[in-house]
Amino acid sequence: MPGDCLSENNMSSVTPVEAHWALGRLTWDSVPMAHEPILLWTFIAVVLGGVGVLALLTRYRLWGPLWRDWFCSIDHKKIGIMYMILGIVMLLRGFADAVMMRLQQAMAFGDSMGYLPPHHYDQIFTAHGVIMIFFVAMPLVTGLMNYLVPLQIGARDVAFPFLNNFSFWMTTAGAVLVMVSLFLGEFSTSGWLALSNLGAQNPGVGLDYYIWSLQIAGVGTTLSGINLIVTIIKMRAPGMSLMKMPVFTWTSLCTNALIVASFPVLTAALVLMSLDRYVGTNFFTNDFGGNPMLYVNLIWIWGHPEVYILILPCFGIFSEVVATYSRKRLFGYTSMVYATVVITILSYIVWLHHFFTMGSGASVNAFFGITTMIISIPTGAKIFNWLFTMYKGRIRFELPMMWTVAFMVTFAIGGMTGVLLAVPPADFVLHNSLFLIAHFHNVIIGGVLFGLFAGMNYWFPKAFGYKLDRTWGVRSFWLWVVGFYVAFMPLYVLGLMGVTRRANHFEDTSLQIWFQVAAFGAFLIALGIACFLIQLVVSYLKRDQLRDVTGDPWDGRTLEWATSSPPPDYNFAFTPVVHEIDAWWDMKKHGYQRPLTGFQPIHMPANTAAGVVISALSLVLGFALIWHMWLLAGASFAAMVIAAIVHTFNYQRDFHIPASEVTETENLRTQQLRAAHV
Amino acid sequence: MSDLHLQSGAGGATLSPRAYHLAHEPHPENGTSLGFWLYLMSDCLIFAALFATYGVLGRSYAAGPTGAQLFDLTLVAINTAFLLLSSITFGFAMLRKQKNDVKGTLLWLAVTGLFGLCFLGLELYEFAHLLHEGAGPQRSAFLSAFFTLVGTHGLHVTFGLIWLVVLMVQIGKHGLIHENQRRLMCLSMFWHFLDVVWIGVFTFVYLMGVL
Repeated sequence: MPGDCLSENNMSSVTPVEAHWALGRLTWDSVPMAHEPILLWTFIAVVLGGVGVLALLTRYRLWGPLWRDWFCSIDHKKIGIMYMILGIVMLLRGFADAVMMRLQQAMAFGDSMGYLPPHHYDQIFTAHGVIMIFFVAMPLVTGLMNYLVPLQIGARDVAFPFLNNFSFWMTTAGAVLVMVSLFLGEFSTSGWLALSNLGAQNPGVGLDYYIWSLQIAGVGTTLSGINLIVTIIKMRAPGMSLMKMPVFTWTSLCTNALIVASFPVLTAALVLMSLDRYVGTNFFTNDFGGNPMLYVNLIWIWGHPEVYILILPCFGIFSEVVATYSRKRLFGYTSMVYATVVITILSYIVWLHHFFTMGSGASVNAFFGITTMIISIPTGAKIFNWLFTMYKGRIRFELPMMWTVAFMVTFAIGGMTGVLLAVPPADFVLHNSLFLIAHFHNVIIGGVLFGLFAGMNYWFPKAFGYKLDRTWGVRSFWLWVVGFYVAFMPLYVLGLMGVTRRANHFEDTSLQIWFQVAAFGAFLIALGIACFLIQLVVSYLKRDQLRDVTGDPWDGRTLEWATSSPPPDYNFAFTPVVHEIDAWWDMKKHGYQRPLTGFQPIHMPANTAAGVVISALSLVLGFALIWHMWLLAGASFAAMVIAAIVHTFNYQRDFHIPASEVTETENLRTQQLRAAHV
Repeated sequence: MSDLHLQSGAGGATLSPRAYHLAHEPHPENGTSLGFWLYLMSDCLIFAALFATYGVLGRSYAAGPTGAQLFDLTLVAINTAFLLLSSITFGFAMLRKQKNDVKGTLLWLAVTGLFGLCFLGLELYEFAHLLHEGAGPQRSAFLSAFFTLVGTHGLHVTFGLIWLVVLMVQIGKHGLIHENQRRLMCLSMFWHFLDVVWIGVFTFVYLMGVL
């Protein structure tokens, strides 16, 4: 077995052959399935699954509707749902990686080398991190923001609907590129931030897959950030001043500001790394004056805000959920907003705490340590606001509320270990250990993921018109929460004992029991994910029992609950006027009557295929660049530019929904409401 | 901004305290200029990262040539003049646009494009000269940072030129309709933005480089 690993390692350092004019450096040897049975079986499963889906689509003649109503759709609601699907599909891939790592670490002690050779193992931990952050958490967060922000501010769509579609497909193109690396070539072995990249000295295609999938997805993220900021600034319903916005919209605004302020730095860092690899420049090399720590700084200037990009919208979700299920106005709305803004700003000036060991000296480390610790103050204020909202509230423990309570407990623990890591002397000991791994999983699972589950359970009835099944939701909840603690508490202990991260094999067999416990935790989480998927299926099957025609199943407080579920294409027949923070609550309190006549034509953006086309071309471009297929790269780049130019010659980008159609839709809802005696 | 709308757009009188919807379709402000500003600021951050990189690596000559040995300030001064002039002529194009003068607008845009081309030509000449002297981007971290910063700016100018040509065709085709005016406004901001970045490059890279 050890010999095996060596040969695996050598595979990536074979001197590159002369590039073929069309195929570049792609040869039969770059198809890893030939020597990796795990990949072969995965490939077979993917092919069978893919063929099955395609057959079903053809069987039920769904190609046309899928293309017209979904792929080309510029409706923020449909794009939001597509983001969620992307995130959930990629969650399965990212979690499969996690299970493989936990199994390997539970097995590989002493004489046993486990079942994953180091080179493969390195790809798995890299792919796990990249996928979970970029293609699970980001799409799920962006999906919720896309779906809800226009509804919460009483708008018809986002500011730039075409750009929204384009952003989604760019994100998807990045995800597809990561998936392709599974079957053609390899993925990066350098960790989720490619910290150990050595420019041109790392000749495999893995790092190139990493670069181009993130570049392509990054374009989508930046554009969607700009889009949502403009939407929130310019398209709020009359009367909704900034300090009357729902908290989720506030956190979305801050998150998107962070996206626009940080993703360009990622773009620049990746460009410099590509130049090192493709052109032979000396930015991050060890000789000719290059400076590897420059890369570390640049990537963390993006990387730290990134984790706040993920958590802030989830803080917004918890704020909505706590207020709704406590039947109380959110405690300390103003302080909640200021806390969000303060966290936004602070998150941009703490990046150096990821590498206190760089040797920047005591003063610099002290500055970044202190700014990091200060973040716990606004975050603590938020926790107290949520607790005070619950205090003397009439709490209903529906699923979203359960996730929220689990979050508050779990996140408080994760936050405290974070403050511990922010102390530079402590960090020198814990740096790069499993303690760190436990910490960030504690805040990302306990914060972002719990938040996303709370959000999905909370808003699912808005998007589909029926609630999610409670029984399977409760099972998923307990398996996830217990599974999380079982999987990650052992890592805290191991980290304190000095065990480093990303290890493929351990000598000290006395540690094995901790890894076995952690692996059992991962098994519980796997069951939790299974229960979540069953929950989706069961809810669909029981949709008639779970149906909600009111559009307001939870007695909600914000504007998205004022319209039907699912909302019509135009969201609101009449643009709402806002007087108070909880606009819909205020409307209900004042006995608001839904208007039944006087509908007018509604101005809407038109669907287009341009986003799909340009993104598909960018996928080809990325693939060609990875494999050094210069001809294809040139052609696809030219095609992209031309496609973009052709798109600008289209001046017919909108249409009016006629008043008769609006009347018809609204009358249908009136009948449904009457039938349900609401 | 929505507050303004409430007062001016919907009219204070029609909004009795408890009216909960607008009877007429509102006309939300177009967000393009704000969106384009945000895009420019994100682009500015890319340049900021490249400037910072140059700041860190700009003196790492690796025993190779320095800026003082390589830069020809006369050439760069002419180049700067081209770009600044192109900004002025773009301003003239915008003035013609205000007068709804299609021909005048196109003429000044063409002049702008010519200045842009001259700028690019000189820059390419400078790059070719440096490569010829063995001072390519692979030579040292300083030259890597130099070529990337200046080259990224040049790439932006190239895309600006493509955009300029496309927009001239569209203005020729549809005239100065609302959409084209909006696009012209965006391109104008883009063009001036590149000018501002160039002033940074000129000062920070060339002038301070020969000190």
